[in-house]
Amino acid sequence: MTLTNEPAVTMQADPPERYYNYAYLDEQTKRMIRRAILKALCIPGYQVPFGSREMPVPYGWGTGGIQLTASIIGPDDVFKCIDQGADDTTNAVSIRRFFATVADVATTENTTEATIIQSRHRIPEHPLTAGQVMIFQVPQPEPLRGLEPREMETRAMHAYEEYGLQYVSLYENISAFGRIAATAGYPVMIDERYLMSPSPIPKFDNPKMDNCPAILLFGAGREKRIYAVPPFTQVRSLDFEDYPFEIQTWDERCALCDAEGSYLDEVVLDDAGHRMFVCSDSHFCGERRAQGHAGVMAGHTLDQIDTEGLEGKAE
Amino acid sequence: MAYVAVKGGERAISNAHALLAEERRGDRAVAEVSVAQIGQQLSLAVDRVMSEGSCYDAELAALAIKQARGDLTEAIFLLRAYRTTLPRFGFSLPIETADMAVRRRVSAAFKDIPGGQVLGPTFDYTHRLLDFRLAAEGGDVVPPAPEAEDVLPERLPNIESVFSHEGLLETDAPGTDDEAPFDLTREPMAFPAGRDQRLQALARGDEGFLLALAYSSQRGWGSTHPLCGEIRLGEASVSFVPDELGFPIEIAEITLTECVMLSDFASADGQAPQYTRGYGLTFGHCERKAMSMAIVDRSLRAREAGEEINAPCRDEEFVLYHSDNVEASGFVQHLKLPHYVDFQADLQFLRRLRKDFLAAQAMSREQQSVQKVAAE
Repeated sequence: MTLTNEPAVTMQADPPERYYNYAYLDEQTKRMIRRAILKALCIPGYQVPFGSREMPVPYGWGTGGIQLTASIIGPDDVFKCIDQGADDTTNAVSIRRFFATVADVATTENTTEATIIQSRHRIPEHPLTAGQVMIFQVPQPEPLRGLEPREMETRAMHAYEEYGLQYVSLYENISAFGRIAATAGYPVMIDERYLMSPSPIPKFDNPKMDNCPAILLFGAGREKRIYAVPPFTQVRSLDFEDYPFEIQTWDERCALCDAEGSYLDEVVLDDAGHRMFVCSDSHFCGERRAQGHAGVMAGHTLDQIDTEGLEGKAE
Repeated sequence: MAYVAVKGGERAISNAHALLAEERRGDRAVAEVSVAQIGQQLSLAVDRVMSEGSCYDAELAALAIKQARGDLTEAIFLLRAYRTTLPRFGFSLPIETADMAVRRRVSAAFKDIPGGQVLGPTFDYTHRLLDFRLAAEGGDVVPPAPEAEDVLPERLPNIESVFSHEGLLETDAPGTDDEAPFDLTREPMAFPAGRDQRLQALARGDEGFLLALAYSSQRGWGSTHPLCGEIRLGEASVSFVPDELGFPIEIAEITLTECVMLSDFASADGQAPQYTRGYGLTFGHCERKAMSMAIVDRSLRAREAGEEINAPCRDEEFVLYHSDNVEASGFVQHLKLPHYVDFQADLQFLRRLRKDFLAAQAMSREQQSVQKVAAE
């Protein structure tokens, strides 16, 4: 081919994304991914290999999640994208803008309004509802990879439901630290059959997956795996009778919205050791502030920053 | 404030992109480099980008290099991300490299081979002295290279044919036409990997990674005692059988570098011992890559050859899962993305451990002083 007669590389005023198919991927690829999603939903927690495509964002930056979203999104969807719980983090902004351009889709920061929520490292604080699809970006789909580097071995371990190694590792934590050390990406058992990585969400979010009315889809682009938790499926975080699973708690409340019991980010204020704690879920926090809740540092500059991502929204 | 930099939002991103564009252009007083100039004068960079980008299009590769400011891994990524959107309408017939119009062909195994040794355009035997004439404006005046009196034979027999009448070198059973080749761009990696999957992954693999692996093998980490049977560079034609026609038509002529490494002897079941081979093939002129690929290809046949899997270059999961620089570069660099949710979870755990530790320490100090008092 030459540079002159191919639309994708001619110099036009339109952004380059406009020259690609609706939602970027071609329809054959979408169909292949939808088949993998259906298989994943039929075998909860099982990692389905799929022909992951090269995407226009780097591997490790959400290529799996983007392919899942691209395969299921339609013009009537309302798309929310978060990273570290926040809608305005740079990579979330970049992905949201990508779908606003290639899929002409309405975007939102409101968890309840969204039909598709793509996320890296968090599940929103607001409970998910039936009809919503939560899409997780997954760096390493294999929960056993840290214990066994070989794919041929780990596939056999899943096939034989041989998870002794995982329990031994948790036991070793207890003997070394007095408690289970996993803090994010805490392994879960799906429907008492497949061991699954919940992606690097904090274990704080694990209980939100259990019996969740929404569809939970997990996409690992670089590792070329898709897995899923269908609605109302049991998701059990591994533990021992005498060392039960527990989630993170804070002594502090959110300094902006005064929330208690939400996942908090720690913000370093100066080099004299001063810190503030704020909700990691930016929409949850903003909504509470709008309702009149005020924390000890309400009115801080961070209060304004959260609204900046609202510019350029499709709706 | 640091937090603002992380939560910059839309405006920060578009401003950063504008700044990137400005940096890419550099000083506007210096003439802009054209895609054609890159294609002509940085042709080995173009060849590498086409090879590892798995897309034979020199113009697009040159454009990618320009856009990536000369960062070849980034250019490869750009080309791959474009390639992935193209429809796949089939696969070509196997290329006959024996029919290649050869421009360079050397064998280290024989002093002379049928057709002769042909040096062609090579850095080999140049003295690596900076040529300051090239730095001078207008100093890059190149007289035409002298032409040989005899033209090269149209067809140079390849190294396999030299060995064939004695059966000294292993040969491949011809593939069957109805067998669709493995396509790494459509199917995920699967293990144990077949030859097609292995060679495809190596052809797309990072030159630096394969070079280091090949080198490690030479230094004893899984040695295969390679000897360079043949390297050839030239143009070969690509044929395709459209369903509508049912007979092959020639669709392209492409430049290829091919390398055959002769390696350790082996005797297959009930057969006389013979040399084994490693195979390397790249788009364009990528000799270092083709040679590395051939060594690593042979190393990865360790299991088949009954060799112990005792070195990185013999471990197919290790090599094939980590050879792709688009995957590797993305994943290593994703560490730039914010991780404060996970970090907060870790930090909390560490603080708790320290609190427990300090409490236990205080407790034991207290106990010691109580015992001391009691003893007195």
